[in-house]
Amino acid sequence: MKKAIYQRRSRGVCPTDVSAGGYQRKRNPYVLTGGILLAVLILLAILVPVLSPYSYETQNVEIQNAGSSLQHLFGTDKFGRDIFVRVWYGTRISLLVGAGSALFCGVIGILYGSIAGYAGQKTDMLMMRLADVIDAIPSLLYVILIMLVLGANVGSILLGICISGWIDLARIVRGEIMRLKEREFCVAARMAGAGTVRILRKHLLPNAAGPVIVNITFQIPKAIFTEAFLSFVGVGIAAPVASLGTLIQDARSQMQVYPSQMFYPIVVLCILILSVNLIGAGLERASRLEEEG
Amino acid sequence: MLKYTGKRILIGILSLFVLVTAAFFLTRLMPGSPFQSGNVSEDVLKSMEEEYGLDRPMTEQYRLYLGNLLKGDLGVSFKKPGVTVVEVIRRAWPMTAALGGLAILTAAVFGTLLGIWQASSGKKAVRGGIFLGTILGTGIPNFVIALLLMFFFGVKLKLLPIAGLAGPQNYILPVISLAVYPTAVIARLMQNTFREEMQKDYVVLAKAKGLKPGRTALTHILKNAWIPVLNYIGPAAAFLLTGSFVVESIFTIPGLGREFVNSIGNRDYTLIMGLTVFMGIVVIGINLLTDLMCAWLDPRVRRACR
Repeated sequence: MKKAIYQRRSRGVCPTDVSAGGYQRKRNPYVLTGGILLAVLILLAILVPVLSPYSYETQNVEIQNAGSSLQHLFGTDKFGRDIFVRVWYGTRISLLVGAGSALFCGVIGILYGSIAGYAGQKTDMLMMRLADVIDAIPSLLYVILIMLVLGANVGSILLGICISGWIDLARIVRGEIMRLKEREFCVAARMAGAGTVRILRKHLLPNAAGPVIVNITFQIPKAIFTEAFLSFVGVGIAAPVASLGTLIQDARSQMQVYPSQMFYPIVVLCILILSVNLIGAGLERASRLEEEG
Repeated sequence: MLKYTGKRILIGILSLFVLVTAAFFLTRLMPGSPFQSGNVSEDVLKSMEEEYGLDRPMTEQYRLYLGNLLKGDLGVSFKKPGVTVVEVIRRAWPMTAALGGLAILTAAVFGTLLGIWQASSGKKAVRGGIFLGTILGTGIPNFVIALLLMFFFGVKLKLLPIAGLAGPQNYILPVISLAVYPTAVIARLMQNTFREEMQKDYVVLAKAKGLKPGRTALTHILKNAWIPVLNYIGPAAAFLLTGSFVVESIFTIPGLGREFVNSIGNRDYTLIMGLTVFMGIVVIGINLLTDLMCAWLDPRVRRACR
Protein backbone atom coordinates (compact mmCIF):
# COMPACT_ATOMS: atom_id res chain seq x y z
CA MET A 1 0.00 0.00 0.00
CA LYS A 2 2.74 2.42 1.00
CA LYS A 3 4.64 1.51 -2.11
CA ALA A 4 1.69 2.23 -4.34
CA ILE A 5 1.08 5.71 -2.94
CA TYR A 6 4.77 6.39 -3.25
CA GLN A 7 4.95 5.34 -6.84
CA ARG A 8 1.89 7.32 -7.83
CA ARG A 9 3.27 10.45 -6.22
CA SER A 10 6.43 10.28 -8.26
CA ARG A 11 4.69 10.06 -11.60
CA GLY A 12 5.97 13.34 -12.95
CA VAL A 13 3.30 15.58 -11.49
CA CYS A 14 5.72 18.39 -10.93
CA PRO A 15 6.74 19.83 -14.30
CA THR A 16 10.41 19.89 -13.46
CA ASP A 17 10.43 16.40 -12.01
CA VAL A 18 11.99 13.93 -14.38
CA SER A 19 11.89 10.91 -12.09
CA ALA A 20 9.40 9.35 -14.46
CA GLY A 21 11.58 10.11 -17.41
CA GLY A 22 10.27 10.75 -20.86
CA TYR A 23 10.97 14.19 -22.23
CA GLN A 24 11.26 15.06 -25.89
CA ARG A 25 14.75 14.85 -27.18
CA LYS A 26 15.28 17.21 -30.09
CA ARG A 27 17.94 16.71 -32.71
CA ASN A 28 21.20 18.06 -31.37
CA PRO A 29 23.82 18.76 -34.07
CA TYR A 30 26.68 19.11 -31.59
CA VAL A 31 26.14 15.80 -29.90
CA LEU A 32 25.64 14.15 -33.26
CA THR A 33 28.84 15.47 -34.83
CA GLY A 34 30.88 14.91 -31.73
CA GLY A 35 29.41 11.46 -31.28
CA ILE A 36 30.21 10.35 -34.81
CA LEU A 37 33.78 11.66 -34.64
CA LEU A 38 34.35 9.98 -31.31
CA ALA A 39 32.89 6.69 -32.53
CA VAL A 40 35.18 6.72 -35.56
CA LEU A 41 38.22 7.41 -33.39
CA ILE A 42 37.33 4.69 -30.91
CA LEU A 43 36.84 2.21 -33.74
CA LEU A 44 40.20 3.06 -35.25
CA ALA A 45 41.90 2.92 -31.85
CA ILE A 46 40.54 -0.55 -31.23
CA LEU A 47 41.01 -2.02 -34.68
CA VAL A 48 44.21 -0.58 -36.11
CA PRO A 49 46.67 -1.96 -33.55
CA VAL A 50 45.03 -5.35 -33.92
CA LEU A 51 44.90 -5.40 -37.71
CA SER A 52 48.10 -3.62 -38.56
CA PRO A 53 51.13 -5.72 -39.45
CA TYR A 54 53.41 -3.33 -37.59
CA SER A 55 54.05 -3.15 -33.89
CA TYR A 56 54.48 0.15 -32.10
CA GLU A 57 58.04 -0.54 -31.16
CA THR A 58 59.73 -2.46 -33.97
CA GLN A 59 62.40 -0.24 -35.37
CA ASN A 60 63.45 -0.51 -38.96
CA VAL A 61 66.38 1.75 -39.66
CA GLU A 62 66.05 1.33 -43.43
CA ILE A 63 62.78 3.18 -43.70
CA GLN A 64 63.48 6.02 -41.32
CA ASN A 65 61.55 9.21 -41.74
CA ALA A 66 59.56 7.97 -44.68
CA GLY A 67 56.62 9.98 -45.86
CA SER A 68 53.09 8.70 -46.17
CA SER A 69 52.70 5.63 -48.32
CA LEU A 70 50.22 2.83 -48.76
CA GLN A 71 52.14 0.67 -46.32
CA HIS A 72 52.74 3.40 -43.79
CA LEU A 73 49.71 5.67 -43.92
CA PHE A 74 51.31 8.26 -41.68
CA GLY A 75 54.88 7.52 -42.58
CA THR A 76 57.63 6.43 -40.25
CA ASP A 77 59.51 8.22 -37.51
CA LYS A 78 63.21 8.66 -36.97
CA PHE A 79 63.57 5.09 -35.71
CA GLY A 80 61.63 3.62 -38.58
CA ARG A 81 58.55 2.86 -36.53
CA ASP A 82 55.19 3.05 -38.25
CA ILE A 83 53.51 6.24 -37.10
CA PHE A 84 49.97 5.15 -38.02
CA VAL A 85 50.00 2.28 -35.57
CA ARG A 86 51.68 4.36 -32.89
CA VAL A 87 49.12 7.10 -33.20
CA TRP A 88 46.27 4.70 -32.58
CA TYR A 89 48.06 3.03 -29.69
CA GLY A 90 48.41 6.48 -28.24
CA THR A 91 44.72 7.14 -28.80
CA ARG A 92 43.96 3.98 -26.84
CA ILE A 93 45.89 5.34 -23.89
CA SER A 94 44.17 8.72 -24.10
CA LEU A 95 40.74 7.09 -24.26
CA LEU A 96 41.58 4.83 -21.33
CA VAL A 97 42.79 7.72 -19.19
CA GLY A 98 39.83 9.87 -20.21
CA ALA A 99 37.14 7.29 -19.60
CA GLY A 100 38.79 5.93 -16.47
CA SER A 101 39.19 9.28 -14.78
CA ALA A 102 35.66 10.33 -15.74
CA LEU A 103 34.35 7.13 -14.20
CA PHE A 104 36.29 7.35 -10.94
CA CYS A 105 35.87 11.07 -10.47
CA GLY A 106 32.22 10.67 -11.36
CA VAL A 107 31.55 8.02 -8.75
CA ILE A 108 33.53 9.73 -6.01
CA GLY A 109 32.15 13.16 -6.84
CA ILE A 110 28.53 12.01 -6.85
CA LEU A 111 28.90 10.10 -3.59
CA TYR A 112 30.73 12.89 -1.81
CA GLY A 113 28.42 15.62 -3.10
CA SER A 114 25.27 13.65 -2.30
CA ILE A 115 26.33 13.04 1.27
CA ALA A 116 27.40 16.61 1.83
CA GLY A 117 24.34 18.07 0.15
CA TYR A 118 21.80 15.86 1.80
CA ALA A 119 23.28 15.84 5.28
CA GLY A 120 23.76 19.57 5.42
CA GLN A 121 25.02 21.77 8.24
CA LYS A 122 28.08 20.53 10.11
CA THR A 123 28.82 17.49 7.94
CA ASP A 124 28.41 19.54 4.82
CA MET A 125 30.67 22.30 6.10
CA LEU A 126 33.43 19.90 7.13
CA MET A 127 33.31 18.00 3.88
CA MET A 128 33.38 21.10 1.76
CA ARG A 129 36.23 22.63 3.72
CA LEU A 130 38.27 19.48 3.19
CA ALA A 131 37.48 19.64 -0.51
CA ASP A 132 38.53 23.30 -0.59
CA VAL A 133 41.90 22.50 0.96
CA ILE A 134 42.61 19.80 -1.60
CA ASP A 135 41.29 21.88 -4.44
CA ALA A 136 43.45 24.91 -3.76
CA ILE A 137 46.49 23.27 -5.29
CA PRO A 138 46.83 23.01 -9.06
CA SER A 139 46.15 19.40 -9.90
CA LEU A 140 49.06 19.24 -12.29
CA LEU A 141 51.48 19.55 -9.38
CA TYR A 142 49.87 16.55 -7.69
CA VAL A 143 50.00 14.53 -10.86
CA ILE A 144 53.64 15.30 -11.54
CA LEU A 145 54.71 14.43 -8.01
CA ILE A 146 52.75 11.18 -8.05
CA MET A 147 54.09 10.25 -11.46
CA LEU A 148 57.62 10.72 -10.19
CA VAL A 149 57.11 8.41 -7.26
CA LEU A 150 54.86 5.72 -8.63
CA GLY A 151 56.44 5.54 -12.04
CA ALA A 152 55.24 6.49 -15.47
CA ASN A 153 52.24 4.33 -16.16
CA VAL A 154 48.55 4.73 -16.80
CA GLY A 155 47.69 3.86 -13.22
CA SER A 156 49.63 6.68 -11.65
CA ILE A 157 48.29 9.20 -14.14
CA LEU A 158 44.76 8.10 -13.28
CA LEU A 159 45.51 8.39 -9.59
CA GLY A 160 47.00 11.84 -9.99
CA ILE A 161 44.10 13.15 -12.05
CA CYS A 162 41.49 11.66 -9.75
CA ILE A 163 42.95 13.12 -6.58
CA SER A 164 41.38 16.47 -7.23
CA GLY A 165 39.24 15.82 -10.29
CA TRP A 166 36.16 14.88 -8.32
CA ILE A 167 35.89 18.10 -6.35
CA ASP A 168 34.21 20.19 -9.01
CA LEU A 169 31.59 17.50 -9.61
CA ALA A 170 31.02 17.07 -5.88
CA ARG A 171 30.31 20.80 -5.57
CA ILE A 172 27.80 20.69 -8.41
CA VAL A 173 26.03 17.61 -7.05
CA ARG A 174 25.89 19.15 -3.61
CA GLY A 175 24.50 22.38 -5.02
CA GLU A 176 21.83 20.60 -7.00
CA ILE A 177 20.80 18.40 -4.09
CA MET A 178 20.52 21.34 -1.77
CA ARG A 179 18.43 23.10 -4.36
CA LEU A 180 16.08 20.17 -4.82
CA LYS A 181 15.95 18.94 -1.24
CA GLU A 182 12.95 21.03 -0.26
CA ARG A 183 10.94 20.63 -3.42
CA GLU A 184 7.48 19.13 -3.21
CA PHE A 185 8.29 15.80 -4.74
CA CYS A 186 11.14 15.21 -2.35
CA VAL A 187 9.17 16.32 0.69
CA ALA A 188 6.35 14.07 -0.42
CA ALA A 189 8.69 11.14 -0.74
CA ARG A 190 10.06 11.76 2.72
CA MET A 191 6.55 11.96 4.14
CA ALA A 192 5.65 8.70 2.46
CA GLY A 193 8.49 7.15 4.41
CA ALA A 194 11.13 6.70 1.75
CA GLY A 195 14.64 6.10 3.02
CA THR A 196 17.56 8.43 2.22
CA VAL A 197 19.17 6.19 -0.34
CA ARG A 198 15.93 5.71 -2.20
CA ILE A 199 15.23 9.42 -2.27
CA LEU A 200 18.67 10.12 -3.62
CA ARG A 201 18.58 7.38 -6.16
CA LYS A 202 15.07 7.81 -7.52
CA HIS A 203 14.39 11.49 -7.12
CA LEU A 204 17.22 13.86 -6.37
CA LEU A 205 19.94 12.44 -8.58
CA PRO A 206 17.82 11.90 -11.71
CA ASN A 207 16.72 15.52 -11.46
CA ALA A 208 20.24 16.70 -10.92
CA ALA A 209 21.39 14.66 -13.90
CA GLY A 210 21.75 17.53 -16.35
CA PRO A 211 24.70 19.51 -14.94
CA VAL A 212 26.22 16.31 -13.54
CA ILE A 213 26.37 14.58 -16.91
CA VAL A 214 27.75 17.71 -18.55
CA ASN A 215 30.48 17.94 -15.95
CA ILE A 216 31.45 14.28 -16.23
CA THR A 217 31.57 14.62 -20.00
CA PHE A 218 33.94 17.57 -19.76
CA GLN A 219 36.16 15.66 -17.37
CA ILE A 220 37.19 13.38 -20.21
CA PRO A 221 38.93 15.92 -22.45
CA LYS A 222 40.50 17.50 -19.38
CA ALA A 223 42.06 14.16 -18.49
CA ILE A 224 43.15 13.51 -22.06
CA PHE A 225 44.78 16.92 -22.16
CA THR A 226 46.60 16.31 -18.86
CA GLU A 227 47.94 12.98 -20.04
CA ALA A 228 49.13 14.38 -23.37
CA PHE A 229 50.62 17.41 -21.64
CA LEU A 230 52.58 15.28 -19.17
CA SER A 231 53.81 12.92 -21.85
CA PHE A 232 54.89 15.88 -23.91
CA VAL A 233 56.82 17.40 -21.03
CA GLY A 234 58.43 14.03 -20.39
CA VAL A 235 56.81 13.16 -17.10
CA GLY A 236 54.11 10.94 -18.53
CA ILE A 237 54.11 7.52 -20.11
CA ALA A 238 57.62 6.40 -20.87
CA ALA A 239 59.08 5.26 -24.15
CA PRO A 240 58.65 3.05 -26.13
CA VAL A 241 54.98 3.05 -25.25
CA ALA A 242 53.44 5.57 -27.57
CA SER A 243 51.26 8.25 -26.08
CA LEU A 244 50.05 11.03 -28.33
CA GLY A 245 52.03 13.46 -26.21
CA THR A 246 55.30 11.54 -26.58
CA LEU A 247 54.71 11.24 -30.32
CA ILE A 248 54.42 14.99 -30.58
CA GLN A 249 57.49 15.51 -28.44
CA ASP A 250 59.51 13.01 -30.49
CA ALA A 251 58.52 14.68 -33.72
CA ARG A 252 59.30 18.12 -32.39
CA SER A 253 63.02 17.80 -33.00
CA GLN A 254 62.28 17.03 -36.62
CA MET A 255 59.81 19.84 -37.02
CA GLN A 256 61.74 21.77 -39.60
CA VAL A 257 62.55 18.80 -41.79
CA TYR A 258 59.68 16.36 -41.38
CA PRO A 259 56.75 18.41 -40.03
CA SER A 260 54.19 15.78 -40.96
CA GLN A 261 55.42 13.51 -38.17
CA MET A 262 54.23 16.12 -35.73
CA PHE A 263 50.98 16.90 -37.50
CA TYR A 264 49.44 13.46 -37.47
CA PRO A 265 49.39 12.94 -33.69
CA ILE A 266 48.43 16.60 -33.22
CA VAL A 267 45.43 16.29 -35.52
CA VAL A 268 44.23 13.06 -33.93
CA LEU A 269 44.67 14.47 -30.43
CA CYS A 270 42.75 17.61 -31.33
CA ILE A 271 39.91 15.74 -33.01
CA LEU A 272 39.67 13.45 -29.99
CA ILE A 273 39.45 16.33 -27.51
CA LEU A 274 37.18 18.38 -29.74
CA SER A 275 34.73 15.56 -30.37
CA VAL A 276 34.17 15.04 -26.66
CA ASN A 277 33.99 18.81 -26.13
CA LEU A 278 31.32 19.00 -28.83
CA ILE A 279 29.31 16.29 -27.12
CA GLY A 280 29.66 18.13 -23.84
CA ALA A 281 28.65 21.45 -25.38
CA GLY A 282 25.63 19.81 -26.97
CA LEU A 283 24.60 18.21 -23.70
CA GLU A 284 25.10 21.51 -21.91
CA ARG A 285 22.85 23.25 -24.41
CA ALA A 286 20.19 20.56 -24.10
CA SER A 287 20.28 20.72 -20.34
CA ARG A 288 19.98 24.50 -20.41
CA LEU A 289 17.09 24.45 -22.89
CA GLU A 290 15.33 21.85 -20.83
CA GLU A 291 15.56 23.93 -17.70
CA GLU A 292 14.21 26.99 -19.45
CA GLY A 293 11.45 25.21 -21.33
CA MET B 1 33.42 40.24 5.79
CA LEU B 2 36.22 39.93 8.26
CA LYS B 3 35.05 36.48 9.26
CA TYR B 4 34.92 35.39 5.63
CA THR B 5 38.42 36.73 5.03
CA GLY B 6 39.70 34.92 8.09
CA LYS B 7 38.16 31.65 6.99
CA ARG B 8 39.59 31.90 3.50
CA ILE B 9 43.08 32.72 4.76
CA LEU B 10 42.97 29.76 7.11
CA ILE B 11 42.01 27.43 4.31
CA GLY B 12 44.78 28.88 2.20
CA ILE B 13 47.41 28.23 4.84
CA LEU B 14 46.10 24.70 5.42
CA SER B 15 46.23 23.96 1.70
CA LEU B 16 49.77 25.23 1.52
CA PHE B 17 50.72 23.01 4.43
CA VAL B 18 49.19 19.99 2.72
CA LEU B 19 51.04 20.82 -0.47
CA VAL B 20 54.39 21.25 1.25
CA THR B 21 54.04 17.99 3.16
CA ALA B 22 52.88 16.06 0.11
CA ALA B 23 55.65 17.51 -2.04
CA PHE B 24 58.27 16.77 0.60
CA PHE B 25 57.40 13.13 1.09
CA LEU B 26 56.77 12.50 -2.57
CA THR B 27 60.11 13.93 -3.66
CA ARG B 28 61.89 11.92 -1.00
CA LEU B 29 60.17 8.78 -2.20
CA MET B 30 61.35 9.28 -5.75
CA PRO B 31 63.54 6.46 -6.95
CA GLY B 32 67.16 7.38 -7.43
CA SER B 33 69.35 9.68 -5.46
CA PRO B 34 70.18 13.10 -6.92
CA PHE B 35 73.85 12.30 -6.87
CA GLN B 36 73.61 9.11 -8.83
CA SER B 37 74.10 10.53 -12.28
CA GLY B 38 77.77 11.26 -11.94
CA ASN B 39 80.23 8.36 -11.96
CA VAL B 40 80.90 8.51 -8.26
CA SER B 41 81.88 5.61 -6.10
CA GLU B 42 79.78 4.36 -3.23
CA ASP B 43 81.81 6.17 -0.58
CA VAL B 44 81.66 9.52 -2.31
CA LEU B 45 77.92 9.05 -2.81
CA LYS B 46 77.48 8.35 0.88
CA SER B 47 79.49 11.31 2.04
CA MET B 48 77.67 13.65 -0.34
CA GLU B 49 74.37 12.42 0.99
CA GLU B 50 75.60 12.95 4.50
CA GLU B 51 76.66 16.48 3.78
CA TYR B 52 73.28 17.37 2.37
CA GLY B 53 71.57 15.69 5.26
CA LEU B 54 69.91 13.03 3.17
CA ASP B 55 70.92 10.18 5.44
CA ARG B 56 69.00 11.41 8.44
CA PRO B 57 65.57 9.95 9.22
CA MET B 58 62.69 11.27 7.15
CA THR B 59 60.85 12.96 9.97
CA GLU B 60 63.93 14.86 11.05
CA GLN B 61 64.54 16.07 7.54
CA TYR B 62 60.90 17.15 7.41
CA ARG B 63 61.12 19.15 10.61
CA LEU B 64 64.32 20.80 9.50
CA TYR B 65 62.77 21.69 6.18
CA LEU B 66 59.67 23.21 7.74
CA GLY B 67 61.81 25.19 10.11
CA ASN B 68 63.89 26.58 7.31
CA LEU B 69 60.78 27.30 5.28
CA LEU B 70 59.38 29.53 7.94
CA LYS B 71 62.61 31.46 7.98
CA GLY B 72 62.37 31.93 4.26
CA ASP B 73 65.22 29.59 3.48
CA LEU B 74 64.32 27.18 0.73
CA GLY B 75 67.64 25.40 0.68
CA VAL B 76 70.37 24.99 -1.85
CA SER B 77 69.99 23.42 -5.25
CA PHE B 78 71.52 19.95 -5.40
CA LYS B 79 72.48 20.11 -8.99
CA LYS B 80 73.91 23.59 -9.09
CA PRO B 81 76.20 23.77 -6.10
CA GLY B 82 76.25 27.10 -4.37
CA VAL B 83 73.04 28.36 -5.93
CA THR B 84 70.16 28.75 -3.54
CA VAL B 85 66.65 27.93 -4.59
CA VAL B 86 65.58 31.46 -3.78
CA GLU B 87 68.13 32.79 -6.23
CA VAL B 88 66.80 30.56 -8.98
CA ILE B 89 63.29 31.75 -8.26
CA ARG B 90 64.32 35.36 -8.21
CA ARG B 91 66.02 34.99 -11.57
CA ALA B 92 63.26 33.06 -13.28
CA TRP B 93 60.19 34.65 -11.75
CA PRO B 94 60.02 37.95 -13.70
CA MET B 95 59.85 36.26 -17.07
CA THR B 96 57.09 33.88 -16.12
CA ALA B 97 55.21 36.70 -14.44
CA ALA B 98 55.53 38.91 -17.50
CA LEU B 99 54.23 36.22 -19.83
CA GLY B 100 51.45 35.22 -17.48
CA GLY B 101 50.39 38.77 -16.80
CA LEU B 102 50.26 39.65 -20.49
CA ALA B 103 48.37 36.46 -21.24
CA ILE B 104 45.75 37.16 -18.59
CA LEU B 105 45.35 40.73 -19.79
CA THR B 106 44.96 39.64 -23.39
CA ALA B 107 42.54 36.91 -22.41
CA ALA B 108 40.44 39.23 -20.25
CA VAL B 109 40.20 41.94 -22.89
CA PHE B 110 39.65 39.79 -25.95
CA GLY B 111 37.54 37.22 -24.16
CA THR B 112 35.18 39.86 -22.83
CA LEU B 113 34.92 41.63 -26.17
CA LEU B 114 34.30 38.42 -28.07
CA GLY B 115 31.77 37.25 -25.53
CA ILE B 116 29.81 40.49 -25.68
CA TRP B 117 29.94 40.49 -29.44
CA GLN B 118 28.65 36.95 -29.57
CA ALA B 119 25.79 37.63 -27.19
CA SER B 120 24.65 40.88 -28.72
CA SER B 121 25.22 40.24 -32.39
CA GLY B 122 22.26 39.77 -34.67
CA LYS B 123 24.14 37.87 -37.35
CA LYS B 124 24.02 34.13 -37.04
CA ALA B 125 27.39 33.82 -38.74
CA VAL B 126 29.07 35.91 -36.06
CA ARG B 127 27.40 34.02 -33.26
CA GLY B 128 28.12 30.63 -34.72
CA GLY B 129 31.65 31.56 -35.66
CA ILE B 130 32.62 32.78 -32.22
CA PHE B 131 30.93 29.82 -30.57
CA LEU B 132 32.91 27.46 -32.76
CA GLY B 133 35.98 29.48 -31.92
CA THR B 134 35.42 28.96 -28.21
CA ILE B 135 35.04 25.22 -28.70
CA LEU B 136 38.30 25.09 -30.63
CA GLY B 137 40.01 27.31 -28.12
CA THR B 138 39.05 25.18 -25.17
CA GLY B 139 39.78 21.99 -27.03
CA ILE B 140 43.17 22.46 -28.59
CA PRO B 141 45.91 22.02 -25.98
CA ASN B 142 48.23 24.97 -25.41
CA PHE B 143 51.37 23.08 -26.30
CA VAL B 144 49.80 22.14 -29.63
CA ILE B 145 49.01 25.79 -30.29
CA ALA B 146 52.52 26.77 -29.29
CA LEU B 147 54.03 24.22 -31.68
CA LEU B 148 51.73 25.18 -34.53
CA LEU B 149 52.40 28.89 -34.06
CA MET B 150 56.10 28.22 -33.83
CA PHE B 151 55.95 26.18 -36.99
CA PHE B 152 53.95 28.59 -39.10
CA PHE B 153 55.23 31.93 -37.93
CA GLY B 154 58.68 30.99 -36.83
CA VAL B 155 59.87 28.36 -39.21
CA LYS B 156 57.85 28.66 -42.38
CA LEU B 157 57.09 32.34 -42.62
CA LYS B 158 60.00 33.43 -40.46
CA LEU B 159 57.98 36.39 -39.27
CA LEU B 160 58.40 36.16 -35.54
CA PRO B 161 61.24 35.04 -33.28
CA ILE B 162 60.79 31.78 -31.48
CA ALA B 163 63.43 31.70 -28.78
CA GLY B 164 64.18 33.70 -25.70
CA LEU B 165 62.78 37.03 -24.68
CA ALA B 166 65.15 39.48 -26.31
CA GLY B 167 62.69 42.00 -27.64
CA PRO B 168 58.99 42.81 -27.54
CA GLN B 169 58.25 40.73 -30.62
CA ASN B 170 59.57 37.68 -28.79
CA TYR B 171 56.59 37.91 -26.47
CA ILE B 172 53.95 37.61 -29.16
CA LEU B 173 53.95 33.87 -29.84
CA PRO B 174 54.34 32.64 -26.25
CA VAL B 175 51.66 35.01 -24.96
CA ILE B 176 49.22 33.98 -27.68
CA SER B 177 49.84 30.30 -26.94
CA LEU B 178 49.15 30.86 -23.26
CA ALA B 179 46.19 33.16 -23.78
CA VAL B 180 44.06 31.14 -26.21
CA TYR B 181 42.49 28.83 -23.68
CA PRO B 182 41.56 31.49 -21.07
CA THR B 183 40.25 33.73 -23.86
CA ALA B 184 37.95 30.97 -25.05
CA VAL B 185 36.75 30.24 -21.53
CA ILE B 186 36.16 33.90 -20.74
CA ALA B 187 34.38 34.42 -24.05
CA ARG B 188 32.11 31.50 -23.28
CA LEU B 189 31.43 32.79 -19.75
CA MET B 190 30.75 36.31 -20.96
CA GLN B 191 28.45 35.18 -23.70
CA ASN B 192 26.34 33.19 -21.29
CA THR B 193 26.12 35.74 -18.51
CA PHE B 194 25.74 38.67 -20.89
CA ARG B 195 22.87 36.99 -22.68
CA GLU B 196 21.19 36.31 -19.35
CA GLU B 197 21.65 39.85 -18.14
CA MET B 198 20.32 41.28 -21.38
CA GLN B 199 16.93 39.77 -20.59
CA LYS B 200 16.73 41.36 -17.19
CA ASP B 201 14.39 44.17 -16.26
CA TYR B 202 16.93 46.84 -15.56
CA VAL B 203 18.15 46.62 -19.13
CA VAL B 204 14.62 47.13 -20.42
CA LEU B 205 14.33 50.11 -18.10
CA ALA B 206 17.58 51.60 -19.36
CA LYS B 207 16.40 51.24 -22.92
CA ALA B 208 13.07 52.80 -22.03
CA LYS B 209 14.90 55.68 -20.44
CA GLY B 210 16.58 56.22 -23.76
CA LEU B 211 20.06 55.08 -22.81
CA LYS B 212 22.18 54.17 -25.82
CA PRO B 213 22.89 50.41 -26.06
CA GLY B 214 26.63 50.88 -25.82
CA ARG B 215 26.40 52.84 -22.62
CA THR B 216 23.96 50.34 -21.17
CA ALA B 217 26.36 47.58 -21.90
CA LEU B 218 29.25 49.28 -20.22
CA THR B 219 27.80 50.83 -17.15
CA HIS B 220 25.18 48.30 -16.22
CA ILE B 221 25.43 44.89 -17.73
CA LEU B 222 29.17 44.55 -17.61
CA LYS B 223 29.37 45.18 -13.91
CA ASN B 224 27.10 42.25 -13.19
CA ALA B 225 28.21 39.97 -15.94
CA TRP B 226 31.86 40.30 -15.10
CA ILE B 227 31.74 38.59 -11.71
CA PRO B 228 32.01 35.01 -13.00
CA VAL B 229 34.96 36.16 -15.10
CA LEU B 230 36.65 37.60 -12.04
CA ASN B 231 35.98 34.30 -10.30
CA TYR B 232 37.73 32.53 -13.13
CA ILE B 233 40.92 34.59 -12.84
CA GLY B 234 42.01 32.41 -9.91
CA PRO B 235 41.90 29.08 -11.76
CA ALA B 236 43.21 30.89 -14.83
CA ALA B 237 46.34 31.85 -12.93
CA ALA B 238 46.88 28.22 -11.97
CA PHE B 239 46.40 27.22 -15.58
CA LEU B 240 48.84 29.82 -16.85
CA LEU B 241 51.45 28.73 -14.36
CA THR B 242 51.25 25.12 -15.43
CA GLY B 243 50.95 26.21 -19.03
CA SER B 244 54.22 28.02 -18.66
CA PHE B 245 55.93 24.62 -18.29
CA VAL B 246 55.43 23.79 -21.92
CA VAL B 247 55.42 27.23 -23.46
CA GLU B 248 58.72 28.12 -21.82
CA SER B 249 60.24 24.79 -22.81
CA ILE B 250 59.11 25.17 -26.40
CA PHE B 251 60.20 28.77 -26.80
CA THR B 252 63.31 28.34 -24.66
CA ILE B 253 62.43 31.00 -22.14
CA PRO B 254 64.34 30.70 -18.87
CA GLY B 255 61.35 31.10 -16.60
CA LEU B 256 59.94 29.16 -13.66
CA GLY B 257 58.22 26.62 -15.87
CA ARG B 258 61.36 25.52 -17.60
CA GLU B 259 63.30 25.43 -14.32
CA PHE B 260 60.62 23.19 -12.87
CA VAL B 261 60.61 20.78 -15.81
CA ASN B 262 64.41 20.60 -15.77
CA SER B 263 64.56 20.08 -12.03
CA ILE B 264 62.22 17.12 -12.36
CA GLY B 265 64.41 15.60 -15.01
CA ASN B 266 67.48 16.17 -12.83
CA ARG B 267 65.85 14.87 -9.66
CA ASP B 268 66.91 18.05 -7.93
CA TYR B 269 64.91 17.60 -4.73
CA THR B 270 65.29 20.99 -3.16
CA LEU B 271 64.60 22.83 -6.38
CA ILE B 272 61.47 20.77 -7.07
CA MET B 273 60.28 21.37 -3.53
CA GLY B 274 61.07 25.05 -3.55
CA LEU B 275 59.42 25.68 -6.89
CA THR B 276 56.36 23.66 -5.91
CA VAL B 277 56.00 25.63 -2.69
CA PHE B 278 56.46 28.91 -4.51
CA MET B 279 53.94 28.05 -7.20
CA GLY B 280 51.51 26.85 -4.58
CA ILE B 281 51.82 30.14 -2.73
CA VAL B 282 51.24 32.13 -5.91
CA VAL B 283 48.18 30.14 -6.96
CA ILE B 284 46.63 30.07 -3.51
CA GLY B 285 47.37 33.75 -3.08
CA ILE B 286 45.75 34.76 -6.34
CA ASN B 287 42.74 32.57 -5.63
CA LEU B 288 42.40 34.18 -2.22
CA LEU B 289 42.58 37.68 -3.66
CA THR B 290 40.02 37.08 -6.38
CA ASP B 291 37.73 35.32 -3.92
CA LEU B 292 37.86 38.23 -1.53
CA MET B 293 37.33 40.69 -4.36
CA CYS B 294 34.24 38.80 -5.49
CA ALA B 295 32.93 38.68 -1.95
CA TRP B 296 33.53 42.39 -1.60
CA LEU B 297 31.74 43.15 -4.85
CA ASP B 298 28.77 40.85 -4.34
CA PRO B 299 27.34 40.65 -0.82
CA ARG B 300 25.35 37.55 -1.72
CA VAL B 301 28.54 35.56 -2.01
CA ARG B 302 29.50 36.44 1.54
CA ARG B 303 26.30 35.13 2.96
CA ALA B 304 26.20 31.98 0.84
CA CYS B 305 27.34 28.98 2.80
CA ARG B 306 30.07 27.03 1.09
